[in-house]
Amino acid sequence: MHQKTLVELGAGLRQGEYSSEELTRVCLDRVSALDKQLNSFITLTEELALQAARDADARIRSGEAGPLTGIPYAHKDIFCTRGVRTSCGSHMLDNFIAPYDATVTQQLNAAGAVMIGKTNMDEFAMGSSNETSFYGPVTNPWDSETVPGGSSGGSAAAVAARLVPVSTGTDTGGSIRQPAALCGITGLKPTYGRVSRYGMIAFASSLDQAGPFARTAEDAALMLGAMAGFDLRDSTSVERAVDDYTGGLNESLQGLKIGLPTQFFGAGLDSAVAAAIELALDEYRKLGAVITEISLPNSQLAVPTYYVVAPAECSSNLSRFDGVRFGYRAEHPADLEDLYKRSRGEGFGAEVKRRIMIGTYALSAGYYDAYYLKAQQARRLIREDFMRAFEQVDVIMGPTAPSAAFRLGEKADDPVTMYLSDIYTIAVNLAGLPGMSIPAGFAADMPVGLQLIGNYFEEARLLNAAHRYQQVTDWHARCPQGYE
Amino acid sequence: MEWETVIGLEIHAQLATRSKIFSGASTRYGAEPNTQACAVDLGLPGVLPVLNGEVVRMAVKFGLATHSTVAPRSVFARKNYFYPDLPKGYQISQYELPIVHDGYLDIEVDEDTVKRIGITRAHLEEDAGKSLHEDFHGMTGIDLNRAGTPLLEIVSEPDMRSAREAVAYMKKIHSLVRYLGICDGNMQEGSFRCDANVSVRPQGQQAFGTRAELKNINSFRFVEQAINYEVERQIALLESGGTVVQETRLFDADRHETRPMRTKEEANDYRYFPDPDLLPVEIDPVFIEEVARTLPELPEAKKQRFMDDYGLSAYDAGVLTANRELGDYFEAAVEASGGQGKLSANWVMGELSGALNKAGLEIGASPVSAGALGGMLRRIEDGTISGKIAKQVFEALWAGEGSADEIIETRGLKQISDSSAIEGIIRDVLENSPKQLEQYRNGQEKVFGYFVGQVMKATQGKANPKQVNELLKKMINNA
Amino acid sequence: MAIEGFEVEKIAHLARLGIDPDDVPEYARNLSDILAFVEQLNSVDTRGVDPLAHPLDAIQRLRPDSVTEADERDNFQQNAPLTEAGLYLVPQVIE
Repeated sequence: MHQKTLVELGAGLRQGEYSSEELTRVCLDRVSALDKQLNSFITLTEELALQAARDADARIRSGEAGPLTGIPYAHKDIFCTRGVRTSCGSHMLDNFIAPYDATVTQQLNAAGAVMIGKTNMDEFAMGSSNETSFYGPVTNPWDSETVPGGSSGGSAAAVAARLVPVSTGTDTGGSIRQPAALCGITGLKPTYGRVSRYGMIAFASSLDQAGPFARTAEDAALMLGAMAGFDLRDSTSVERAVDDYTGGLNESLQGLKIGLPTQFFGAGLDSAVAAAIELALDEYRKLGAVITEISLPNSQLAVPTYYVVAPAECSSNLSRFDGVRFGYRAEHPADLEDLYKRSRGEGFGAEVKRRIMIGTYALSAGYYDAYYLKAQQARRLIREDFMRAFEQVDVIMGPTAPSAAFRLGEKADDPVTMYLSDIYTIAVNLAGLPGMSIPAGFAADMPVGLQLIGNYFEEARLLNAAHRYQQVTDWHARCPQGYE
Repeated sequence: MEWETVIGLEIHAQLATRSKIFSGASTRYGAEPNTQACAVDLGLPGVLPVLNGEVVRMAVKFGLATHSTVAPRSVFARKNYFYPDLPKGYQISQYELPIVHDGYLDIEVDEDTVKRIGITRAHLEEDAGKSLHEDFHGMTGIDLNRAGTPLLEIVSEPDMRSAREAVAYMKKIHSLVRYLGICDGNMQEGSFRCDANVSVRPQGQQAFGTRAELKNINSFRFVEQAINYEVERQIALLESGGTVVQETRLFDADRHETRPMRTKEEANDYRYFPDPDLLPVEIDPVFIEEVARTLPELPEAKKQRFMDDYGLSAYDAGVLTANRELGDYFEAAVEASGGQGKLSANWVMGELSGALNKAGLEIGASPVSAGALGGMLRRIEDGTISGKIAKQVFEALWAGEGSADEIIETRGLKQISDSSAIEGIIRDVLENSPKQLEQYRNGQEKVFGYFVGQVMKATQGKANPKQVNELLKKMINNA
Repeated sequence: MAIEGFEVEKIAHLARLGIDPDDVPEYARNLSDILAFVEQLNSVDTRGVDPLAHPLDAIQRLRPDSVTEADERDNFQQNAPLTEAGLYLVPQVIE
């Protein structure tokens, strides 16, 4: 049953082949059996899950089921879930029981989806390998010596290992697409503003966006349909009707104009990854797409720009963790300053502290113009590159990450090298565009992700392109050994 | 050396909205601690701010009323610092692009001097919570009910040259925000607060001296005291060869002095940057037009109208329009009096204000309603009572003894306007005062007043003074 | 730009981050590396370019002025490390 997709499971539930409770138990059992190795969950919510499953079963029986009703999913531990610990992968929030539900949580609940637990992640979503989590690293189901990518590593690993059919993630600089690529699954980061950020613990507000992980584009489309929507509680949420993401999945790709940014195929790209991407592009040619080279001349600015903007925003966003109203509080503070410094010093891990310090520095007197303002200007240049490109092409494609999954610990001591693993994904966040990663072969037996980038609100077009590719390839159906 | 004082004020006016600036929590004053601090006000992980449209409307009103520019585009920024009453570790404020800027307000320095005070900017921001220092086992308690209450921070140019001017300006702003209905002006509850930037410089010097920022001044009286104390302190310091340090000082209302804040004042580095959770606020001319149509009559216009319609002096009109309630009271009294503008002004500013002051009451709590006062003024005008008797009637009105007509009736205060009756009394007075009559005839004309007094005394003040004068003049020459 | 140890301490203080003195050199090295990397931005001419704070260049939506939130003090304070009489407690603040 665990090998079935969301679409298949939904049909089985509605046809009464099995109940959501049975399905949920299968997932929970697989987590018990397999997650010691993966460490993809921080919190399992068995009781809540079974109750939600029984509610879903009642709904299915009464004929009111939607496509997600009764479907178990794993929720990144960055989304607030009322009455359930919401740790954000941090010691700081190890004791935090969210007193309210994120909008995404509410919407998935309303759709009847069944949350079985909260997934592991880089601390406060800061990382590309899931090694910065307070709860220990997640391992890649394809090779336990390698990383699953990050920051949504737990959600990606859980789907790749068939613990759940679908899961949620958030993507600030690649945190959905990069782990999707490294774990060999499908991940989608929507247009900035498409999914509400309310109740999603902020890393970098102008970049963060939530999206789904699934094994197929079709499943991702159904998840996105439930997650997306305008939210009065989020000023940056866009007041625009949600598209029908499944209706156009099968449209022909004949004449689809695909642009390949030359900058995505230069030095730094692993040759085996490049070869896999070339083969994937051949498939698109066969499907009738027209592929041209394009240029994103400012793309080399993306990572440096990001490492000013994101730390600056996070340095301020994370000031609320001060040991006063929630979260970790140091024992026996000598005075107020000691309370702040020790609560934050002991509550945050090294990477979070590094980024807070970089951001504090970039915003401080005398440096604002040189760093923050400069980065905001570069950000416009990066966005303009994309706008020009989309005058010529419909979709931009390239590798999601410069290499397949790297070994645990390989980059942990060198922040800059680690940051470069997001070199192809970051520009998309800076511009606020939708992006996807889909499985596109292997490099030395580890999955390779093909990245698809669309114009604003063209998620449906990306899903269509991904779906048609998945109709003619089976990379997305490959299952890591030991998880069949 | 002659010193010149330079003062600029930063006034914080809490905007009178129902809900907070970025959340749907109530702004009601006086609730149990933290019962009006919602998830957004507490800065819980994941929450986001959404701007209350009413604060934008209120800021635009203020901008229009102060001849300011309303910015077509303004931006919320984060001011980052750590303090327990600041839940998010930053205050959402406006920095580079405030919603209102470059305006002015004219203040009356004395009866015939008007001074223009520049308004640099007025920006929207959120208020912080409160720290309660009562002893909780040596700890401080934090109440975040006030956190997120909308504030309009009104920053003046350093245009004031004395504590008196600063008070006049502050009162003018206070009056204006209440006219506009954008702030209740309640200083006890902290709805209207002020910081003063004070410096001194040798008379004639162009460059400003080093300033001290005086924090936390919550009454007009304290503004004056705090500034005067600070000016003296700075002058004494400079004259003894010292230098003024740029610092934040707290006014201690009990000791009437300012002292440096004990909080460690590291070089403040607020790391302002645009709040990425909020988008730029755009205000189009249509909206400004719409707000302009809802503006009430403003003090300046009302003052001019009072001068034109009621023949009041600039000074009287200024006093009566200093706050909206007083002006409204005055106009209601005029109406009830049958259109007696000047008379109403005299009574409102004289007898009534005196009595209110003495009793420590605001005009809104006056025991004598505008209608009751007007009713009495009507009786002065039609000659039923004299101005002097009216003072008795007023006291009775104050004491709640009924309407002016009832009081006049029950106390028998009706003026004697019957010529033959007054003539009889005059005759008696003249007959009983042969000595004084003699003096008058010998050219001591001021004795005339003595006879008037005697007649009034004999009638217990009820004789119509004008008639008494006329009849006495006639009869004294024939006596 | 190289970050010295004392600057790490200054930044950490501004951000109220307690850091182990032994870790200061490593933070200094990491921060210097990151800043050196970020300084690639200097290679691009951004004169006259409008800073982009938000990808969609959208404008702020306004909320009607109505009270929508009820008292949830008890719910919220379950997460609070230390409260008394409905107040959050912190070490004494001296003004």
